[in-house]
Amino acid sequence: MTTFVPDQSPRATPRGRLRERVWQLAAAATHPRDPADYLDMFRPLRSGADLRARVVDVRPETADAVTVVLRPGGAWRGHQPGQYVRIGIEVDGVRLWRSYSLTSAPENGLLTITAKAVPDGVVSAHLAQELRPGQLVHLDQAVGDFVLPDPAPTKVLFVTGGSGITPVMGMLRAGLDRLKDVVLVHSEACADDVIFGSELRRFAEDGRLRLVEQHTDTHGRLDVAALAELVPDLAERETWACGPAGLLDALEEQWADPELLHTERFRTALAEPGDGGTVRFTAAGVTLEADGATPILEAGEDAGVLMPSGCRMGICFSCVLPLREGSVRDLRSGEVTTAAPGDGVLIQTCISAAAGSCDIDL
Amino acid sequence: MTVLQKKADNPIAHLSADDIEEIGRRLDEIRAEVIEARGASDAAYIRKVINVQRKLELSSRAVLLLSLFPPAWLIGTAGLSVAKILENMEIGHNVMHGQWDWMRDQKIHSTTWEWDHASPSDQWKHSHNELHHTYTNVVGKDNDLGYGIMRVDEDQRWYPLYLAQPLWNFINAMFFEYGIAAYDLELGKNLASKESRRDPEFKARAKQVFKKIRGQMTKDYVVHPLLSGPSALHTLAANFTANIVRNVWAHSVIMCGHFPEGVETFERKSIDGETRGEWYLRQMLGSANISGGRAMHIMTGNLSYQIEHHLFPDLPSNRYQEIAPKVRAIFDEYGLKYTTGPLPKQVGSAWAKVVRLSLPNDFAKKLTSRLGVRRLALSAG
Ligand SMILES: Cc1cc2nc3c(=O)[nH]c(=O)nc-3n(C[C@H](O)[C@H](O)[C@H](O)COP(=O)(O)OP(=O)(O)OC[C@H]3O[C@@H](n4cnc5c(N)ncnc54)[C@H](O)[C@@H]3O)c2cc1C
Ligand code: FES
Repeated sequence: MTTFVPDQSPRATPRGRLRERVWQLAAAATHPRDPADYLDMFRPLRSGADLRARVVDVRPETADAVTVVLRPGGAWRGHQPGQYVRIGIEVDGVRLWRSYSLTSAPENGLLTITAKAVPDGVVSAHLAQELRPGQLVHLDQAVGDFVLPDPAPTKVLFVTGGSGITPVMGMLRAGLDRLKDVVLVHSEACADDVIFGSELRRFAEDGRLRLVEQHTDTHGRLDVAALAELVPDLAERETWACGPAGLLDALEEQWADPELLHTERFRTALAEPGDGGTVRFTAAGVTLEADGATPILEAGEDAGVLMPSGCRMGICFSCVLPLREGSVRDLRSGEVTTAAPGDGVLIQTCISAAAGSCDIDL
Repeated sequence: MTVLQKKADNPIAHLSADDIEEIGRRLDEIRAEVIEARGASDAAYIRKVINVQRKLELSSRAVLLLSLFPPAWLIGTAGLSVAKILENMEIGHNVMHGQWDWMRDQKIHSTTWEWDHASPSDQWKHSHNELHHTYTNVVGKDNDLGYGIMRVDEDQRWYPLYLAQPLWNFINAMFFEYGIAAYDLELGKNLASKESRRDPEFKARAKQVFKKIRGQMTKDYVVHPLLSGPSALHTLAANFTANIVRNVWAHSVIMCGHFPEGVETFERKSIDGETRGEWYLRQMLGSANISGGRAMHIMTGNLSYQIEHHLFPDLPSNRYQEIAPKVRAIFDEYGLKYTTGPLPKQVGSAWAKVVRLSLPNDFAKKLTSRLGVRRLALSAG
C-alpha cells in the first residue's frame, strides 16, 4: 500500500491558504453549487475531483474475459498488488458498482482489471460488449488485505480457479522477482480458457515459477487431496487462494495451519432465504416490499435510494446502517437480528434481507 | 368528490366507480411502460441539459464582466435569465421530484440537489412534493392554490382584502422565489402566534432560509458585481433582472398549471378515503397543460405537460411529451376535459380568474341587476 506521510496540512503553507481563499470565493460565486461541479465539465480527472478513470483500452483476454485498461484521475493513491478496486459503471443509465482485482503492477500509471463474464451478469457483460475507450468510469481507492507481506515468505503457494487468478496475477506482475520459490496451481475448464495463460506459461518456461494447470474438463475438480499430491511440500508454503467458493471452503476446512492460508472471495455463500417483508427507509421516506433473498442494499437502490456500499459481499462494512426497529436476516448464515424501537443495531445492508418489517435509518 | 358533484355541470357524473378504477389501471400501465423503457438515452438527456445550463451560466456571467457595454449587458442578462430558468425548471424542480433518482448518481439525486433559489431544497420538497402533489387543488390544503393569500375558487368566502389580490399576485410574480420560501416556511401561520414564533423547529428552519438567501444574495449582488470591477452596478442590475425574469416566468408557468378556467378545485372532505383511481382523476381534472414547441417544453421544465406531471410526478420529464397522446386518449375516451392552450391564452385566463375572484361572487351580475332595479324604481316614481 502507498504509505502516507501525513503531509503538512495544506492550510499551513501560504500557498495552501491562498488556494483555500480562492476556493471560498469560487464557492460564493457558484452558490449553492460546489465549484467542483463546474470544473468537472472540463477536467474530470484533476487531482481535487472525485476519483474517476478514463478507459484507455478494452481487449479480449479469452473467449469470455476482457481486460480493461484505465487511466485513473489525479486523486488515485496507488495500490498494493492483490488489492481490488470498486468501479462504478453506468449500465442503461444506472450506475452500478462492482469490485475487480487489480491485475497491473502499481508503478506504471495505468490500471488494469480483468473481468470474466458470469451468466446473466449485468456489469461483466457491459465491460465486454459496451465499454469503449474514452469513456469515464467511477472509481474508489484500492482496498483489500489479500496481499503479500514485506518481506515475502521464501516459499509461496498460490491456488486459483477461473477468474480467481486476477489478484494473483497482480502480485506476480509486480513482484515475481522478489519471490524465490513460487508454485501456482490454477484450475480452469480447459487450456484455452486460462486467463493470462500464455503469460503464465512464459513465467514457467523462464523458470520464475512452477505452474500446475488443472484442466477440470479432463482432470476433474481440484480438491485438497489432489493438491497435496501436486504440491508435496504444501505444509511449508504460505498460501494465497482465490477461486470458486467450494474450493476455498474445502481449503479453509482442511488446511493444517490456518495462519498460513489467505483467501479472497468474489461472492458470498448464502443460506436458505426466509420470508421477506416491508422495509422503511425512515429519513428518505421510502417504503418498499422486499423478498427474503434480496439484500436490503439492492432493494433500496432499486427504489432510487442513495445507499452507501462497498464490497457488496459483507466484508468492508461500508454499507452499515442502523436498524431502528424490526428484524433482518443475515443472508449468509440465516441468523435473524431484531431491534426494539429506539435501538440502533448496526446491520450490513448488503448481506441482510428483510425478515418481517424493518425500519432502516437512512 | 362532493365539490364536483354539487356542481350543475359535474364533469364526472357519467363515470362509474369501475370506470374510475379502469382509468387508474390504464394510467398505471403507462407508468410501468416508461419505467421499463427509461435508460441510457434518458440519462444522457438530463446530463446534457445540466451541461448546457452550466456552460450557458458560466459564459453569461463571463460576458457580464463587461456589462458596462450595453450589448454585453443585454446578451449576458438574457443568457443568465435562461440559465436560471433552466436550473429551476427542467433541472432543479424535476431532480428534486426524484425523477432521476433511478440513475443512482449522487450528484443528480433528489436528496442532494440544492437549487438556485431562495427556498432551501429540503423545505421546498416538503411543501411541494408532499403537500401540493398529494393535495392538488384541494382548497385549504394545497397552498399552491393561491399560496394561502388569494381567493381562487367561488367556494372560498370573500373578504374585502381580496380586492387587492391582483396586486398581490403581481408582486408575488416579481419576487416569486421569496414568496415560495415564505410559504414553504408557512410564515403566515408561524408568525401568527408567539408560541409558534418561538418554536425551535420553526426557528431552525427560518435560519436555514436566511442562510440560503444570504448565499444567493452574496453571489448575485456582491461577488459577481465585485468581480466585474467598473461594471459592478451594471452586473448587479443584470443579475437582479435575471432573477425577476426567472421569477415572473416560473410564476406564469405555475399559474397556467392550476389556475386557468376549466381546472377544477376540490373540497377537503372530498379526498377522504380516495382510491388510487380517484386520486388520478383529481390530478387529471386539477391540472392544465400549455401547448407549444420543444423550447417551450424545456423552458417550462416540461410543466407544459402539467397533467402528465401531476399523474406521474417522478417519471423523467423528457418522457411526458411521449406519453401525452396516450394520456389524452384516456381523457377523450372517458369524456373528460383535457385543458390545454398556448401560454398567452392560459396566462390570460389565469389572470382573469384572479381578477374575477377578487370581487365577491356574481359581483358584476348583482351590480347590473341592482342598477337595473333602481332605474326601474326611478322610472316608476
Ligand atoms: C473483492 C472482489 C474482487 C473481485 N474481482 C474480480 C475480478 O478480478 N474479475 C472478475 O471477473 N470478477 C471479480 N469479482 C466479481 C465481480 O465483482 C462481479 O461480481 C462479477 O463481475 C459479476 O458482476 P455482474 O454485474 O456481471 O453480475 P450480476 O448481474 O451482479 O449477477 C448475475 C448473476 O451472476 C451471479 N454472480 C455474481 N457474481 C458472480 C461471480 N463472481 N461468479 C459467478 N456468478 C456470479 C449472481 O448471483 C447473479 O445470479 C470480484 C468480487 C469481489 C467481491
Ligand atoms: S458493502 Fe461491504 S460489507 Fe456491505
